[in-house]
Amino acid sequence: MNAHDTQRTTSRRGGALMLIVAAVAAAALLATVNRFTAPRIADNIAAEQLRSLRAVLTPGSFDNAPHRDVITVHDPELLGSDESLPIYRARSGIQPVAAVLTVVAPNGYAGRIRLLVAVGIDGEVKGVRVAEHRETPGLGDRIEARKSGWILGFRGLRTEEPTTDAWTLDRDGGAFDRLTGATITSRAVLGAVRNAVLYFSAHRAEIFPATTESVPLNGAPPSRADNMNPSASNQDSMLAIPSSPHSIAKIHRHPPQDPA
Amino acid sequence: MSDTDSFAQILRRGLWHENPGLVQLLGLCPLLAVSNTLVNGLGLGLATILVICATNVLVSACRRWLHDDFRLPVFVLIIATFVTSVELLCRAFWFDLHLALGIFLPLIVTNCVILGRAEAFASRQRVSAALADGLAHGLGFAAVLIALGGLRELVGQGSLLAGAELLFGPVGRGWSLELVPQSGGLLLAALPPGAFIGLAVLIAARNALTRRRANAGRVTAAAADS
Repeated sequence: MNAHDTQRTTSRRGGALMLIVAAVAAAALLATVNRFTAPRIADNIAAEQLRSLRAVLTPGSFDNAPHRDVITVHDPELLGSDESLPIYRARSGIQPVAAVLTVVAPNGYAGRIRLLVAVGIDGEVKGVRVAEHRETPGLGDRIEARKSGWILGFRGLRTEEPTTDAWTLDRDGGAFDRLTGATITSRAVLGAVRNAVLYFSAHRAEIFPATTESVPLNGAPPSRADNMNPSASNQDSMLAIPSSPHSIAKIHRHPPQDPA
Repeated sequence: MSDTDSFAQILRRGLWHENPGLVQLLGLCPLLAVSNTLVNGLGLGLATILVICATNVLVSACRRWLHDDFRLPVFVLIIATFVTSVELLCRAFWFDLHLALGIFLPLIVTNCVILGRAEAFASRQRVSAALADGLAHGLGFAAVLIALGGLRELVGQGSLLAGAELLFGPVGRGWSLELVPQSGGLLLAALPPGAFIGLAVLIAARNALTRRRANAGRVTAAAADS
């Protein structure tokens, strides 16, 4: 074998045939690899989804498979995106525990920031993680949990707290510490998390409809509907709140599934 | 290029004399885009070595049946098939690695170094030489990626090997060096302009080294004359 075997004996027709053969072989190979890997990839994606939901939910507080208990909602104003976004529901037995909202902060320093926000049934933030962002490396990317602990500071915040304090950046006269050098990023994330909690408070009854409960509560006094500050002890009455008629959300319900 | 090329010569060409990143300036799109940290550079470097070797071997093995008018589409098909297969396999079996490399893997298709080596070398040489050439150019490209990634990470963030656990698993967690803690570093290096400036610094360093070597050679030759 030497370098002069580069002289090709193949005819033009043979070359064209070779291209066709290569295309068919490539298609066949990719189809095989795809068929062989698709189930494993689907499993991996589901496991990864569950892992990211576990990161925002309180460990041990739920026993269902929240990544399979999904509704899709649409609210560009509070959720920050024109798309329909998923809400994952965590339950313990039949009791709703928390909802994990997917929200978008449209006003990040480098565009949209996608967040997972877990809001407990009591209206308290259980955890926040960044799912996707393009913020500046070294500055804005410290919103990632693996780069700094800043994102953990949302745990325990509630909408009932004075808006001027807990939900406002220190730079804007509030009490929430901003990331140094990333004020715009911090403000965007803070605002998006706050909107997520507001959305949850306004649509709690649609996210966790009373019909999925085993105990139907009839004739709950209407005044209860205004009670948006339920504690764990009056959960049942809270779940009976009818859907608000002026709901701006379009909710597609999927039947909740039993834990796998 | 003759069949008398030794493997050492092929390696030296790929790593230094014809280095894809510093001399041929090929594959700059992925090179500049993902060289913001050392670990990112290493990840893309490894994946590139894998694809360039596999492509070179296959192209060399099929070179008899290729016609000049049709060889480029065949090369592109081979490269795209390899990259897609590697990505699918990675997603199925090394999902954590895929989460770290996810964005780099499809970028390998855009790396013209691979098409260039298939065309300029593998389609004319025997399989073993093509493999050595793929290895040499892959290593040369990876070396630039690692150097540029390390430089930008060091200057931009004051750390080295941050995020090593994404590539190497939990073991890598302890490898991260926080050399200038909490400094934030020089932001410019981490941003896209830093990639161009960093690459220019590396090219200048290589040119200076080459020139000094050439001068040293001249001096030795002159000394031998006198």
